[in-house]
Amino acid sequence: MRAFRAILAREFLGYFRTPLAYVFLAVFNAFAVSLAFFVGSFYESGIANLDRFFIYHPWLWAFLAPAAGARLWAEERRQGTLELLLTWPVTVWQAALGKFMAAWLFLATALAMSLPMVLTVSWLGKPDLGTIACGYLGSLLCGGACLGIAAVCSALTRSQVIAFVTGFLACFILVIIGYGVLDNLLSGVLPAQYVSNVARIGLWRNLEPFTLGILGIQPLTYFISVALAGLGLSTLMIERR
Amino acid sequence: MALIEAKNLSKSYGTIRAVSNISLSVERGEVIGFLGPNGAGKSTTMKLLAGYLQPDQGSARIAGFDVSESPVEAKSKLGYSPEGAPAYGEMTVKEFLHFAATLRGLKDAATRVHETLALCRLSDVAGQTVDTLSKGYRMRVGFAQAIIHDPEVLILDEPTDGLDPNQKHEVRRILAGMAERKAVIVSTHLLEEVEALCTRVILISRGEIRCDETPKSLLARFPGKRMDEIFRHLTT
Repeated sequence: MRAFRAILAREFLGYFRTPLAYVFLAVFNAFAVSLAFFVGSFYESGIANLDRFFIYHPWLWAFLAPAAGARLWAEERRQGTLELLLTWPVTVWQAALGKFMAAWLFLATALAMSLPMVLTVSWLGKPDLGTIACGYLGSLLCGGACLGIAAVCSALTRSQVIAFVTGFLACFILVIIGYGVLDNLLSGVLPAQYVSNVARIGLWRNLEPFTLGILGIQPLTYFISVALAGLGLSTLMIERR
Repeated sequence: MALIEAKNLSKSYGTIRAVSNISLSVERGEVIGFLGPNGAGKSTTMKLLAGYLQPDQGSARIAGFDVSESPVEAKSKLGYSPEGAPAYGEMTVKEFLHFAATLRGLKDAATRVHETLALCRLSDVAGQTVDTLSKGYRMRVGFAQAIIHDPEVLILDEPTDGLDPNQKHEVRRILAGMAERKAVIVSTHLLEEVEALCTRVILISRGEIRCDETPKSLLARFPGKRMDEIFRHLTT
């Protein structure tokens, strides 16, 4: 527990030692809000809810979770500190969990900075705060799933750039699955029921119920499994280095 | 009981056999000079002893704990500085040592950090980030994290590499001051370091031990030859 806490604190504060953290927080919020306003017609819709805000989050996480997760293992490898960390009396799992939770906490910080959106919508109308809370939970879990993928990509290489690009590509595939364009494309080659099954493994299809205030077992399981699988796989890769 | 014990350690990278059937044993009070040409398997052996790599065959024990079976116990008795003395570049020296002390579960972490900073003459740069340090200071930071918990076993991979003569002298002085309470393995290319510091020489070439004896008896075996001549003779 002590080792886990120390690693969590070091990794989380580590983000703020470089300009990356501030760029990340600014980009996330600038895009999250402007996509909702300018692309999602949040204001013109005249409805006091945030589903038009959350709808773009898979895109943001697909880009930004790999950016935050790229350093997890790649940077340890590049600096040679992996050899140090793993010859200190900590287990690989303590280190991995501390790192992963620190990165997730950092994504949560970015998400928390969008809370003025809640104030705005509450000032404009009477939104269902339960639905909004559910949307935030969904978005956070979606970010965790992308981070799981990013952790695996980071464990594969000593280059943060490669970790970021491969992580982004993997997340990007999960984002476009379930969007109309890909569905239409797949309908040409696959029977209809397969197309809808394929859509189920996409990020958006699993986030959608959350934004409508529905806490479903299936999407909850989906996000948590992807995050845990990524965490587990990346840890095994470091353990079997 | 030997504080460091290796039995028939072997390790291959793909088809390359880096370490072949190495056995050694180090008692308290001994300082082993680990010699050998580049690529001989020195660093691999040290990584195996420190538990960073898993051996293909054989086993290693640190202070009685098997490195593979009880890694956390073994590592808590060990201070290890890998080649090049890596450290988290974005942390200050003090933060880094404090992190190392916390992960090792030291109760009096702040005091130990303070004492270690003083012992390694790092107090002046305690507030600087590791990235901004000169090589001499960096090597000392690597050394400092290895001794912060006053371990029984010290394994140092080229701790004086790239240091100027004064800095080398300084590291040797600190090591000599604590050597009698510990079992130490130091890898080096500096043959004068072996004569000045080490109680025993283990010479390794192509993954195998070529000699394991005191510097004196090694010199006596080749009358009239200097250490570097003996080194060449045994490794080529």
